[in-house]
Amino acid sequence: MSDTEHDPSRRHALSCMLWAGSAVIWTVSGGIPRGRMLNQAEAATAAGFNFAQISDSHIGFARDPNMDTPGTLQAAIDQVRASPLRPAMILHTGDVSHLSKPSEFDTAEKINASGGLDVHYVPGEHDVLVEEGRGFIERFQKGVKQGAPGGAFYSFDQGGVHFVGLNNVGNLAAGGMGRLGEAQLVWLEKDLKGLAASQPIVVFAHIPLWTVYAEWGWGTEDAVRALTALKRFGSVTVLNGHIHQVMQKVEGHVAFHTARSTAFPQPAPGTAPSAGPMKVEPGRLRAMLGTASVSMVPTGTTLAIIDTPLGA
Amino acid sequence: MRMRPVTRRGAAGLLVSLFAPAAFAVEEKTAMVSIDNFTFKPARLTVDKGTRVNFVNHDDIPHLVVGSTSPPLFKSEVLDTHDSFARVFDKSGSYPYFCSLHPHMQGVIVVK
Ligand SMILES: [Cu+2]
Repeated sequence: MSDTEHDPSRRHALSCMLWAGSAVIWTVSGGIPRGRMLNQAEAATAAGFNFAQISDSHIGFARDPNMDTPGTLQAAIDQVRASPLRPAMILHTGDVSHLSKPSEFDTAEKINASGGLDVHYVPGEHDVLVEEGRGFIERFQKGVKQGAPGGAFYSFDQGGVHFVGLNNVGNLAAGGMGRLGEAQLVWLEKDLKGLAASQPIVVFAHIPLWTVYAEWGWGTEDAVRALTALKRFGSVTVLNGHIHQVMQKVEGHVAFHTARSTAFPQPAPGTAPSAGPMKVEPGRLRAMLGTASVSMVPTGTTLAIIDTPLGA
Repeated sequence: MRMRPVTRRGAAGLLVSLFAPAAFAVEEKTAMVSIDNFTFKPARLTVDKGTRVNFVNHDDIPHLVVGSTSPPLFKSEVLDTHDSFARVFDKSGSYPYFCSLHPHMQGVIVVK
């Protein structure tokens, strides 16, 4: 089957995600993750390997528009747990906490555990505000074989997919954007080296690995080298958070996708003076929060991503 | 007689001044940098030697104030809404700084 045969359907699926709500469920079918909205997910069969993505729970934030970030995170976890796709695990793409406080980590850990699924974490910049993120790493990446000591990046294999969790929030430099750094890039190149080009890859990291909007720092300055190392693979899916809204783009065999926050929405690039929390009409908040799910269908050729809002 | 940076927590927070014991009451000049909409205002502030500069966060998202050199000359704790950070600039020169949470936010203190 040719790529051209399958790209249109993928593009269609991805465009649907743009106005969907809060959870993304990713379906890996034949190696390419595809996203769908939750109602589409419900109609889909649960065959294949599925996992969920949640992001930017910002536990500790309690201001307009969301005084109850634990409540909306719990709603996201409940949504994942209730998904007919039966996700095998959850990826959390960072900003678990708002201020890196142990009490915030406690709350998040308890709520996330209530889903009964393994959760794989990468840090957001809000998680590494103290001691180079040691508190976050010790709690949320325990048992993980770090790519470098304290680096907060690692890889693992599950469901026929090679997962790579990257850290692009450490040692940010003045005037820059997200950054992976030399040590991590060297590790990534080594990590990918032995893999067959047919191996489906899912990369997850907090800040988008493509430049969404440089003026707000929405991008990763040294991502090009990482993407170069990923170029030879037939199916690469890059899952990010940070921007608190769904955005997607397909470039060659690489599908980029950002998930909604479970805490508060942020404005579309350039539509507001700054990227702060977007105020919403009362009762409209949950329509702008959500989760994603990804499914891998062994007989298909694409991964499906479904973004699902927490509410109408 | 260098004063260490202090962080003030919230509007009702205590201002803890850590003067070296030898320092005594000299009328201190103060200046302010306001953090609004992910920008330092003014982005370029010129002050006299010995001025105490207060950085106050008015955003509903936290920020930091970190010297741009590596390693940084100064670094605040995370400043949540209404938190502030103060530093006395007692040597002439140019002190660029940024927010390590949002590195596109940059400013400079010029000390005459
Ligand atoms: Cu900032």
